[in-house]
Amino acid sequence: MSRIASVFATLKTQGRKALIPFITAGDPAPDKTVPLMHALVAGGADIIELGVPFSDPMADGPTIQRASERALKYGVGLHDVLAMVAEFRLINTATPVVLMGYANPIEAMGWDRFCSEAASAGLDGVLTVDYPPEESAEFAAKCAAAGLDNIYLLAPTTPDARIEAITRLAHGFVYYVSLKGVTGAANLDLAEVAAKVGAIRARAGLPVGVGFGIRDGETARLVANVADAVVIGSRIVQEIENSSPDKAAENVQNFVAGVRAALDK
Amino acid sequence: MQMYDLPDIHGHFGPYGGVYVAETLMAALDELKREYEAARHDPDFQEEFRHELRHYVGRPSPIYHARRWSKLLGGAQIYLKREDLNHTGAHKINNTIGQALLARRMGKKRVIAETGAGQHGVASATVAARYGMECVVYMGSEDIKRQSPNVYRMKLLGATVVGVESGSKTLKDALNEAMRDWVTNVESTFYILGTAAGPHPYPMLVRDFQSIIGEESKVQMAEMLGRQPDAVIACVGGGSNAIGIFYPYIPVEGVRLIGVEAGGRGIASGQHAAPLSAGTPGVLHGFRSYLMQDANGQIIETHSVSAGLDYPGVGPEHSWLKDAGRAEYVSINDDEALTAFHNLCRYEGIIPALESSHALAHAAKIAPTMDKDKILLVNLSGRGDKDINTVARLSGIEI
Ligand SMILES: Cc1ncc(COP(=O)(O)O)c(C=O)c1O
Repeated sequence: MSRIASVFATLKTQGRKALIPFITAGDPAPDKTVPLMHALVAGGADIIELGVPFSDPMADGPTIQRASERALKYGVGLHDVLAMVAEFRLINTATPVVLMGYANPIEAMGWDRFCSEAASAGLDGVLTVDYPPEESAEFAAKCAAAGLDNIYLLAPTTPDARIEAITRLAHGFVYYVSLKGVTGAANLDLAEVAAKVGAIRARAGLPVGVGFGIRDGETARLVANVADAVVIGSRIVQEIENSSPDKAAENVQNFVAGVRAALDK
Repeated sequence: MQMYDLPDIHGHFGPYGGVYVAETLMAALDELKREYEAARHDPDFQEEFRHELRHYVGRPSPIYHARRWSKLLGGAQIYLKREDLNHTGAHKINNTIGQALLARRMGKKRVIAETGAGQHGVASATVAARYGMECVVYMGSEDIKRQSPNVYRMKLLGATVVGVESGSKTLKDALNEAMRDWVTNVESTFYILGTAAGPHPYPMLVRDFQSIIGEESKVQMAEMLGRQPDAVIACVGGGSNAIGIFYPYIPVEGVRLIGVEAGGRGIASGQHAAPLSAGTPGVLHGFRSYLMQDANGQIIETHSVSAGLDYPGVGPEHSWLKDAGRAEYVSINDDEALTAFHNLCRYEGIIPALESSHALAHAAKIAPTMDKDKILLVNLSGRGDKDINTVARLSGIEI
């Protein structure tokens, strides 16, 4: 069983929901990323989503755009991000790590090279915002061969037939984008999320994670009532942005622990 | 080359093009694809489009023999396709009319657009006023500074202009921001994309709407000279005016197609906007094409004196035409473009857009190497009124 599948299996037996925090690799500085990843786990993360900085993050709101810009000041590229994952794995072999990013850094590295380097770094999954299934069949096959779960997005605008088609292709879990908008937006409609996630779960043989616009423990708890996992991104990046670099790990750990407590209530 | 039937149903031109967007936009692009397919075969739609081009835009635009300038250059005869004479002063309006008619057909009351030089922004604001739609235009703050007359023009037309402060604060960042708006307001909003780029079906529909330029040219050249030009030359930003004049010429043998990219401070300097001349294939803004990028796949900041060419990518059909060898792509530096700008002003009494000046400069470069009976057809994609502040500043003059 993959690391992602076994995390969800364990949580299920415990009656708990997965907490998936997001940080951008290299934010606020490259040497802070691995300590931040350990802090996320210490705070109660079940899976880590690691953002790959990109110059043109079309699906991201201002907070994650700024995180990308901070990381890019240090020239952090996909090779560096995979090196961070490998360094994290020296200490932690249990917590799955999923990359979230855009197609072009992967295109520039090449699919074969990416898959082999990612697998040897100990990466578990990859979510590429601008690789819909239509454009990524060959890449997905290479990921599967390398033991990487390809995580697909579903959106409020995804029709039912397409939900079915995508969940058939998906591995690990499917990621439901909880609102029409960019990361960090504030127009989350819980009733709408509940209805759509219900429809997805009825079709998917996989766990369903929900992200975009979840900013506090209470919202996380309500979303977790209908989903298998909650993803929190911009709010954590904001915590990093507002902390001095030395305090970031501690503050992030405290914030994640608060969300964890709300989820486990 | 035989006429081809591309893009395929997935929006691919060989390895280029496609639909590389976040899931939230997939349904909207599917809807647009269906609606465009219907409109394409709907005689009423085509009839209204042609009617608007004739009575609102003022088409057909004339072809003019730049006799004095040609004589001075001492070689091939240069003919200009006068897109600068269109309503709003550039080719951009051909496309915005087509897309606004689609928006109306789809019941969308709000349109958004990105703009670099401001020409597409003005053309979008214009059609929004014409058809009674709300219009929001995204524009890099750097471009707002260098194209201020167009910013005011858009406001006069009732559009809201939103300055974009992220990244390089130019066209690519305006496109990012327009995409972010679209993803947020996807059900109420039609995105009027300004060039033959972006996710399928945009490159195709923009090409089709702009092809009126080449269709008219073929008829006009035959009428004027009884023959077609030896080469057709157009500037390439995202590639809409170029594909518009190239496309109908693709099956016409003996006609060279030459796209001119912005060489900025010179290709060797790295400060340019010439992905076909000096880039590599990658994925940006929803499609695969040649891009300016570094080894990590990050998009490189571009430079051009002309805001409308200051873009790190290029429409996918141009990438395909380059690889297929049907079109050639060259670059012209800032200073060469400026020289051509001044020469057209002085010798022909026409103030060209800085974008179009790149195409003019390339014509001026090759004309003297050709016989006097050879013919170059240059797409004069826009007029240069918007650029007079930039040109004055570069000449050390405050106006
Ligand atoms: C007059 C003019 N020509 C050319 C361009 C470049 O765009 P495209 O390559 O899509 O024709 C612009 C863009 O703003 C323009 O205003």
